[in-house]
Amino acid sequence: MALFVLRRLGAMVLTIILASLLVFVALQALPGDVATQVLGRDATPDAVQALRDQLDLDQPAWRRYAEWVGGAIQGDFGTSLASGENVGSTLGLHLRNTLLIAVIAIVGGLVLSLVLGVVAGLYRDRWPDHLISGASLVGMSVPEFVVATLLVLLFSVTIPVFPAVVLDDADATIGQLLPGIWLPALALSIALAAYVVRMMRTSVIDVMASEYVQTARLRGLGTGRVVLRHALPNAVLPTLNVIALNIAWLVGGVVVVETVFNYPGIGTLMIDAVYDRDLPVLQAIAVLSAVVYALCNLAADLAAIALNPRLRRGVAR
Amino acid sequence: MDGDVVRDSDVVRDSNDGRHSAVRDVWTAVRASRAATVGLALVALHVLVALVAPLLTGYSPTANDPQQALAGMGWDHIAGTDQYGRDVLTRVLHGGRFALVVCALSTVAAVGLGTLVGCVAALRGGWVDNLVMRLVDSVLAVPAILALLVVVTALGTGTWVVVAAITVVYVPGVVRVVRAAAQNIVPLEYVTAARARGERRWSILRREVLPNIADVVAVELAMRASWAALLVSSLSFLGFGANPPTPDWGLMVAENRTALTVVPMATLAPIIALATFVVGLNLAADGLSKAWGIDRFRRSDR
Repeated sequence: MALFVLRRLGAMVLTIILASLLVFVALQALPGDVATQVLGRDATPDAVQALRDQLDLDQPAWRRYAEWVGGAIQGDFGTSLASGENVGSTLGLHLRNTLLIAVIAIVGGLVLSLVLGVVAGLYRDRWPDHLISGASLVGMSVPEFVVATLLVLLFSVTIPVFPAVVLDDADATIGQLLPGIWLPALALSIALAAYVVRMMRTSVIDVMASEYVQTARLRGLGTGRVVLRHALPNAVLPTLNVIALNIAWLVGGVVVVETVFNYPGIGTLMIDAVYDRDLPVLQAIAVLSAVVYALCNLAADLAAIALNPRLRRGVAR
Repeated sequence: MDGDVVRDSDVVRDSNDGRHSAVRDVWTAVRASRAATVGLALVALHVLVALVAPLLTGYSPTANDPQQALAGMGWDHIAGTDQYGRDVLTRVLHGGRFALVVCALSTVAAVGLGTLVGCVAALRGGWVDNLVMRLVDSVLAVPAILALLVVVTALGTGTWVVVAAITVVYVPGVVRVVRAAAQNIVPLEYVTAARARGERRWSILRREVLPNIADVVAVELAMRASWAALLVSSLSFLGFGANPPTPDWGLMVAENRTALTVVPMATLAPIIALATFVVGLNLAADGLSKAWGIDRFRRSDR
């Protein structure tokens, strides 16, 4: 068990290092001069040389990567080319704001998909199932910006309860951001639930047909007890992995949803970084999301072990 | 949606023991599933509309007409006009062209390349397999949209860059799925027999492995196409895909969103078009995977 966790941790670190290397190569080691690319063709030679000095472009690429990794390990991600501020502190501020909506979105999305998935599974092939499955099909067939736009139409235009755009800067207090977080969070939870509902449904159907659930029923236990105590834990187990991956994938959804609402989180920071060709910021965000992905995977593995005693002896894998 | 579970799915799957036409298999599965039929019909309709769009309307999709700006729905402009006075319906009819082309090219390229690499990894095994899977894991660790934005930052926008970027982003996922499917085939007797006969690896791949994973690849195509459509429209929405004044669904939503209160149809029409296209692809993927007994959702990639 300890060995298994150690091996997963090792693989995780390797994945993060490789991902950071890939992004570094894509951004900095492609043919052509990075400084000219960043500044555009009509930049003055002085400006280009200044940027070359700032990015240490006279050093070979592997050396720059090594130095960047050295700094990153100590929490120093360099200076933003656009704002001249420390990348680490800017990132921290935006990360706080993104976590604010991400946590609500994940909790909301999971509750939503758990409830809807169980209902659809229990009412298999009857109208509640058709309704829920149909809604989830539509949900996974529209991009996040459509969900967000429709929510604006509904809750900002038709019934004006929530703001359609957030006007605060990244350093606003949580209290100031509070009215603006609900619509982005709702958009993300809908996008998340659309996928997870269908898995939950299949899972519930499988488990309800299993022998131990039949036995529990034959013992005369009530439906509520059978579903909650016997069926649910085993129905959740096989979906954990996909839930974790969907959470990791939320990083992508965050970019789009935050742009729609102009919410000052990681997503808008990233879009700005792309417009400004702000390489240090982009690199830091890429590594951050690789870390999130790896942690989600690890969490899924650990949760699977916690829920399934057979995995604890380390026989699996 | 679930009324059409194919009961005789085993019949389709049994054809694994002989050489057979993959195309005929797909066709049988499509006809056996109402979801797949409806889905592919929706997709075909969108392709047809995109092809003949100029014949369907008298307006130009890009010409401005300030006098007609922000008109509501009416006889002259069925779905109204946008802020530049361009006919919304005309732009919606043309709006699938960029997305459809990018979606088709990148999906075919990604699934083709991923199938090849996945099969080779499964056939070779050993260090080749290990190396490929490590690389796959690392690319998957970067979210698709971020990877796309990184590529766009490095190479600029443009149809070919977007196609190449989506291909690169989707190849690892395909490799993982195809490799898993091929690993079930490689230990079977007929592959061992082919190896014992001294057949070349390429010929084993083409004649023994590929025909037997055709179902997985077909589902992968439909599914990747639906994700690619979402991805490319998101990219256009963010301003890194189709360039104005190109009519494109994602770009139209971005342009007309600010006038949501004045002309809601200018935003809703492209949304409906995009949604029906992707619903079609999803229904096709659903129908095919159900007919072949492939679990579409409990997979570990996206």
